[in-house]
Amino acid sequence: METISLNHIRKVFNQGKANEITALEEVSLQIGKGEFVVVIGANGSGKTTLLNIIGGSEMPTEGSVHINGADVTQTPDYQRSQWVARVFQNPNYGTAPDLTILDNFRLAAIRTRAKKLTIGINAAFRKTVRARIETLGMGLENKIDQPIGSLSGGQRQALTLLMSVMDSTDILLLDEPTAALDPRSALVVLNLADKLNREYKITTMLITHNLKDAQQFGTRLIQFHEGRILRDLTGESKRKFQLADMYDWF
Amino acid sequence: MSQFYLTALQLALCLSPMAMGIFITMKVFNIPDITTDGSYTLGASLTAVLLTHHWPALATLPVCMLAGSLAGVCTGLIHTKLRIDALLAGILVMTGLYSVNLIVMGRSNIPLINIPVLFSYFSFFTDDVYNQLVVSLLLVILLIFLLNYLLRTDFGIAMRATGNNPFMTKALGINNDSTKIVGLAIANAFTGLSGYLVSQYQGFADISMGIGIVITGLGSVLIADVLRKWLSPGGIGTQIILVVAGSFLFQLALAFTLAVGIDPNLLKLVTAIFVLLIVALPAASKQLVRN
Repeated sequence: METISLNHIRKVFNQGKANEITALEEVSLQIGKGEFVVVIGANGSGKTTLLNIIGGSEMPTEGSVHINGADVTQTPDYQRSQWVARVFQNPNYGTAPDLTILDNFRLAAIRTRAKKLTIGINAAFRKTVRARIETLGMGLENKIDQPIGSLSGGQRQALTLLMSVMDSTDILLLDEPTAALDPRSALVVLNLADKLNREYKITTMLITHNLKDAQQFGTRLIQFHEGRILRDLTGESKRKFQLADMYDWF
Repeated sequence: MSQFYLTALQLALCLSPMAMGIFITMKVFNIPDITTDGSYTLGASLTAVLLTHHWPALATLPVCMLAGSLAGVCTGLIHTKLRIDALLAGILVMTGLYSVNLIVMGRSNIPLINIPVLFSYFSFFTDDVYNQLVVSLLLVILLIFLLNYLLRTDFGIAMRATGNNPFMTKALGINNDSTKIVGLAIANAFTGLSGYLVSQYQGFADISMGIGIVITGLGSVLIADVLRKWLSPGGIGTQIILVVAGSFLFQLALAFTLAVGIDPNLLKLVTAIFVLLIVALPAASKQLVRN
């Protein structure tokens, strides 16, 4: 049973109107547990729409989406959180700026559960959060009572990524998570994603425009072109491709 | 002179629940909820009607809070299900409540003469004024604990996050619509409670008593914000206490203007100018620093 199963997905925006656009023509894709899929493609080729359809913030016009065998085609995003964690392109989207780091991590830790009228933050939880944040090596574990909005974009993205594994996660969706980050922060975030993918065996999908990252990370490479999958390379065939070759694809 | 200030304290305590309600909606929505004008009067009108029909004051309290919460649910449903702007949804419900309140009271004003009110159940002091103050203070302290607890629970954190970053909450399994509706219900339950308290304190319920009351709540919350920046940014419990302090400072400022002899007809204008000053203070001080 595949973790993500997309069958004959078609997505049309503004159907019937003057600004109608077909973001995804015909996409069928099977992704197994623990795979790290890197998605590249020109702007408008359908990459973000694909991630949104997996995450539930968009519904396909045609076709079906299955997660771990369950049909989730019409399930909205806040219900897909049961399996899916996301890191957005904008570092400000993944965390609530006026809430403390600790509060943000608490919400992440109960992502798959009901938010009850009980106080969940206790000494044990604080300890867990501090220990996890310490692994980043950014010194943020001493600031867990500070509002998260006071941190830089790179720090917030790294924390968003850490938050994604505070609760059980089957699928991690990363939509250009390093687009707004400086090279050093970008590397921290990507290495962290790689580490989480290996350690927790989370099926990971990463959209990136950075071809160097596409070559360096991931077990599978998919190129989108005009709403369809043009190339799908795994393992050895992915490793074979040189950076120069990939530039020719565009 | 001191009579003015005791009155200010008493009124501030009675209006603190409403200020806390505005505090909640500003955390949940980032906007002040205009339903307040209506749910405040709803609390007052229900209190007056029930008390004059010999209901015990303690039994009337939960009814007023429930009624307020229903008004909040209406606003929440209009905003989330019909996708109407939250501010407009509040105005619609507030407008509708005007008629509801007239029907509840059957007239535009109900006096509460010789009716046993909440304060008369307790006798901490023989002096009525001090007795009322103590009862009100105890009630407000209870509410502070309740609200502090609520906003620290998992649900409370989810509620605070919904207003702060709806993208994030959707990705964290939080149903933004449900959270907003519950937040509005709680906020307007608090406001209904203020109507209950004020009508008993002033001895009558009037159809126009709620007009513009949201500005008082807003002013209190804004003063609390300014205080928070001066003192260290505290946790959520500190913020709630500062809202009550803001309510008091607001009433104090109004009492001061009356004490120096300003025409009571100008009270609403003074209120508006005062709130304007509070809002303009952070921006103005930044300008001064720049120059």
